[in-house]
Amino acid sequence: MTAPASPVHPKYEVVIGLEVHVQLATRSKIFSWSSTAFGAEPNTQTDPVCLGMPGTLPVLNAAAVEAAVRLGLAAGCAIRPRCRFSRKHYFYPDLPKGFQISQFDEPICEGGAIKFRLHGEPRSVRLTRIHMEEDAGKNLHAAAGVSFVDYNRAGVPLCEIVSEPDVRSAEEAAEYVRAIRSLVRYLGIGDGNMEEGSLRCDANVSLRLHGAKEYGTKAEIKNMNSFKNVRDAVEYEVKRQASLLDKGERVVQETRLWDASRGVTQSMRSKEQAHDYKYFPEPDLPPLVVDEAYLARVRASQPELPEDRFARYTGPDGLSPQDAGVLVADRETAAYFDAVVAAGAPGKKAANWVINEVLARVTDPRELGEAALPVPAVALAELVSLIEGGTLSGKLGKDVFAKMWAGKRSAGDIVKAEGLTQVSDAGALEEACRRVVAAHPDEAARFKDSPKLMGFFVGAVMKETGGKANPKAVNEILRRLLG
Amino acid sequence: MIDPRASTSTIAAIAPGVRAGKVRAREVAEAYLERIAREDAALGCYVRVDAEGARRSADAVDAAVKAGRDPGPLAGVPLGIKDIFCTKGVETTCASRILRGFVPPYESTVTARLAAAGAVSLGKLNMDEFAMGSSNENSAVGTVKNPWSLAHVPGGSSGGSAAAVAASLCLGATGTDTGGSIRQPAALCGVVGIKPTYGRVSRYGVIAFASSLDHPGPFARTVEDTAALLEVMAGPDPLDATSVPQPVGAYAKAARAGREGLHGVRVGVPAEYFAAGMDPEIEAAVRAAHEELARAGATLVPVSLPHTKYAIATYYLVCTAEASSNLARYDGVKYGARAADPRSLEDLYSRTRGEGFGREPKRRIMLGTYVLRAGYYEAYYGKALRARRKIADDFAAAFAKCDVLVTATSPVPAFKFGERMGDPLQMYLADVLTVAPNLAGIPALALPCGFTSTRLPIGLQVMGPPLGEEACFRVAGAYESRTSWHEQRPPDVGGAK
Amino acid sequence: MSAGSRIKPDEVREIATLSRLRLSDEEVAALTQDLDSILGYVAELSALDMTGVEPMTHAVPFDCPLRADEVRPSLPLEEALANAPRREASFFQVPRIVPGPSGGGGEEDL
Ligand SMILES: [Mg+2]
Ligand SMILES: [Zn+2]
Repeated sequence: MTAPASPVHPKYEVVIGLEVHVQLATRSKIFSWSSTAFGAEPNTQTDPVCLGMPGTLPVLNAAAVEAAVRLGLAAGCAIRPRCRFSRKHYFYPDLPKGFQISQFDEPICEGGAIKFRLHGEPRSVRLTRIHMEEDAGKNLHAAAGVSFVDYNRAGVPLCEIVSEPDVRSAEEAAEYVRAIRSLVRYLGIGDGNMEEGSLRCDANVSLRLHGAKEYGTKAEIKNMNSFKNVRDAVEYEVKRQASLLDKGERVVQETRLWDASRGVTQSMRSKEQAHDYKYFPEPDLPPLVVDEAYLARVRASQPELPEDRFARYTGPDGLSPQDAGVLVADRETAAYFDAVVAAGAPGKKAANWVINEVLARVTDPRELGEAALPVPAVALAELVSLIEGGTLSGKLGKDVFAKMWAGKRSAGDIVKAEGLTQVSDAGALEEACRRVVAAHPDEAARFKDSPKLMGFFVGAVMKETGGKANPKAVNEILRRLLG
Repeated sequence: MIDPRASTSTIAAIAPGVRAGKVRAREVAEAYLERIAREDAALGCYVRVDAEGARRSADAVDAAVKAGRDPGPLAGVPLGIKDIFCTKGVETTCASRILRGFVPPYESTVTARLAAAGAVSLGKLNMDEFAMGSSNENSAVGTVKNPWSLAHVPGGSSGGSAAAVAASLCLGATGTDTGGSIRQPAALCGVVGIKPTYGRVSRYGVIAFASSLDHPGPFARTVEDTAALLEVMAGPDPLDATSVPQPVGAYAKAARAGREGLHGVRVGVPAEYFAAGMDPEIEAAVRAAHEELARAGATLVPVSLPHTKYAIATYYLVCTAEASSNLARYDGVKYGARAADPRSLEDLYSRTRGEGFGREPKRRIMLGTYVLRAGYYEAYYGKALRARRKIADDFAAAFAKCDVLVTATSPVPAFKFGERMGDPLQMYLADVLTVAPNLAGIPALALPCGFTSTRLPIGLQVMGPPLGEEACFRVAGAYESRTSWHEQRPPDVGGAK
Repeated sequence: MSAGSRIKPDEVREIATLSRLRLSDEEVAALTQDLDSILGYVAELSALDMTGVEPMTHAVPFDCPLRADEVRPSLPLEEALANAPRREASFFQVPRIVPGPSGGGGEEDL
C-alpha cells in the first residue's frame, strides 16, 4: 500500500455504491457469432444480429454464461436456478435495437461480496447482484456537427456487478475496483483493462452526517477509466457535495461525468435524467436454467482465488500480510511465486526475490506468466538454492540475477563461467584476514573501543578476495584475530 | 401445359412430377409468372415479382433433375413469400415506408428451407404494415383485393398470401400469424392456412411484430399441400432460441389419414366460440361442419373455455407492448428510410419514425409504450401475462376432454374496404376467435367450410394441443375429403380494375 | 368512465416523445380517442382474480438453449453499411450527439 488513507471527513460519512461493468473474454459475442476482438477497423466485426437487423434473434453464448457463473461463485453469490433476460429500452445510436438485452428482476447472481484489503485491513463489500447483458457500440464525435457509430463492440458480453452502498472512501472505491479486476483475471474471464474499457466503473456517491440513518441524495459518476480516475473523481465529488451541504444547499440527483483533464465532475444536463427503461421479459430468450450438475462442474474447475491464496501465504510461519498482498494481486505473480517455492526455494526468500527483483523488472505483472520471461521460476529457485547452500553471497546473488535477466542464462552457468563460487576454505580465508589486519595496524588497535570497525575489516577482506569470501566465516576469523 | 387454376395443380401433384422429370420446373414457373402478369394488377397481391430469380431457381431444379440429383420434396413448387420474411439480396419492407430500400444481407430460415427443398419463389407478397391489421388496408404499398369480390378485403395481415393462393397466383405461400393473420385471411379468401405451435417454425429472419405471439406458417389450397409446406418449414433452428427442439411430425400423412375417417377422435365444441355477434350464416356453416365431422366418425364433445372473453384485451396488451419494443430499432440510423436533413438526433428519431410508420404501427407503439411505463407495468402488462396463463390453462383443461377444437375462424365474412377503418377497437374485436391460440401457443388451422349467400368464403378453425399439428391435419383432411369447397375458384379478373 | 377520461392529449404527447414519434395535432387528437377507448376496453381484465397466477412470458415451456462460443465470419464492411441511410468512411453517420445513457467507454472524440 503506497498512498495514505483518505482522511475521514470530520462531518460527513461518505457512502458509495458501485456499478462495475466487466467485458467477458469470450471469442464471439453474447448473442451472435461475430468476433469480440478489440481494436479492429470500425464495423468489421458485425453480423445481422448484433446490428439489430429486422427479424434477427439472439442466441445465448454458453461461454458467457459460464463466465458469469464463475464470477458469481467466486464472489459467493447465490446462483439463480432459473434466471431471465429483460429488455431495457432507450433510444441512442450505439444501441442498435433501441433496447439492450439485460437482466432485470431475475439476474443470474444475487448477494455475495467482494473481499479485499485496504492498508492490510480486510474489507468486504456486499454485492446486490451480478447480471449478464450486451455491450453497446461506440459513438465517435466528429467536429463537423456529426457523430459516427461503430458497432464492433455491440453485443460483447458484459457482467454488471452492482454493490451495496458499503464503500466508505474514494480510496476504498479504487481498491474495490482493483479487487474486481484481480478476480476477473484470476478467473480468466476477462482482461479487466480500464483504459480499453473492458472494465468500467460508475459510482453512486452520497454524503450523510455521521450517525445519520437516512442516505443522502446521490450523484452517479461516470467516465472513470483508470483506478486513479476512480479515486480522484470520487474524492472530488465528496468535496463538491460536502461544500454544497455546508452551504445549506441540496445535492441534485443526477449523472455527472468525470473530466480527468480538468479534474472535475460535470452534470450531463441531458434528457437522460428522465429515463424510463420500460423493462419487460425478453420474449426471444426462454428462462436460463443453471442446475446443480452445471454448478458442480464449474465449481470443480474454479482456480484458487486471491483471498484463498492470501490465507495460504499468511498462515503460521508464513509471509507478512504486506508481501502476501503483493503476491496475490495478480494471478501470474502468485503462480510464479508458487512455482519458485515448488522448485525448492523457501517461501520468505522466494517472496523477497519475486517482489524486489522480478516484479521490479516488469511493467505489467502479467508478464510473469509469459514463456519468454528471462528468469523462469525454476531458474530463480536454482539461484536461491545456490545462496542458501552458501555457494553465493546475497550480494553476489543479486549480480548473478541481473546477469540471468539480461542474458537468459542459468545461475549455475554464470557462477561457473565467472568463477564466482564463494570462498569458504578456512585456510585461504585465514590468510587473507591476516594480511588485512597486518596492513591496517591503527584500525586493529582501535578495534576494542570501536567494534563498528568490523564492517571496515570485512569490507577489506571482501575486496582482497574479489567478493567471493563467505562473510559469515570472515566475521568469525576476524573476531578471533582482533579479539 | 400447366393451368394454375386446375384442380390438378397442387403441390401433391406437381412436385412429384418435377422430381420425376415429367414436368419442368421452368414450365411451371412460367405459367404462374404469366398468370401473375395477367391477374395481379387488379388484385395487388405481389409487392415485388422476382421473375428473374424464379427462373433462375426453376432452372436450377431442372438441372438437378437432369443430373440425377434430388431437388427436394417441393421441387419446382412456385411460392409467394410474405414481405415480412427477409430474403437475401431482395428488398424486404414489411409493407412499411420506414423499411423502404432495405435489402437484407441474410435469409430467413423458412425461405432458406423452402428453397433448399426445391421450391421456387415468385416474389414478395403484400400485407398489413408490420403485420398489424386484419384487412390489408394498413399496407403502405397498396391494398389487396379479395379475389372472390374486389370490393371486399382479403383479410390480414397476410392478405396478399391468402389472396394469391386463392387466385392461383402461386401454389402456396408463407404467412405469419400473431393474432389470426394466417387463419383469418385464409378464411376470408377460402384457402387453407395453419399457425402451428409456437416455435414449431423458426422466426429467424421474420420481421418481428410481437415476438412471443408471432407464428410463421404456410398457406395452400388443400390441407395436404399445407401439410407438405409445413413439413419443410418446421423444425428446430439454432438461430431461434424459442424454436421447439422436437422432431417434425408427418403432417401430410396425417392429412391423408383423415380421409379414412375420424373414428375415436373427440372434437371439442367450445360454447364461448358461438357468442353473440357471430354472422348467422357462419354459425350455420360451422354447425354443419360439426355434423360432417360426426358423420366421419368423430365424437362431438361440448367444452368450455371460460376466459375467452378476456382474450382480446390480453392480446392487445401483450402485442402492443412487444411491438413498441420491436419497432424501436427503426430509427433511420442503420437501415431503411431516414427523415430529410435532421437538425439533431432527436429530430432524426422523431421525424424518421413519425413519417415512416403508418397509422396502425403508431397506434400500437403508443399503446405499448403507455402500458410498459414505470408504474403502469403491473396494472397492464403484468396483468395481461397472468390472464394469458389463465387462457392457456383453459385450453389445457379442454384438451383433457378432446383431441381438437373446431370453431369458426372469423365471426364475420370479408367486409368492404373502409367499412371498419374508422374504429380500431371494432376491428380488434373481430379477432375474437383467433387470438387465444396465439396467446396459448397452440396450433390452429383454417380451411374452407362454405360460402355466404353473397358468395364470400367461410372458414372453419381446427385447434390442437401444443405440438398437436397432426391431429389438426387429420381432422381437416377428413373434412376436406368429404366436401368440395376447396375445389371452387374465384372468377378470373384479368385486366379488370 | 366517460370518453376522454382515461388519457388526455398532453399525456399522448408525452408518450409520443417517449416513443420518438413526431405527431401532428390531428394525430394526437385521433390517438387520444383511440387509446382512450382501447384502455377502457382492456380495463375489463381488472375483473379477473389473478392471485397466485404465474405470469406467462413464453408460449412454450422450454429452457434457454446455449450456443457454442464460436466465431463465424463478420458481415463484410460493405454489406454492414449497405443499408445505412448515411455513412461516412467505415461508419454509420448521425447528427452530432451529446453523451447519453451508455455513458463511459462508449464515447470518444475523433
Ligand atoms: Mg446499471
Ligand atoms: Zn449495465
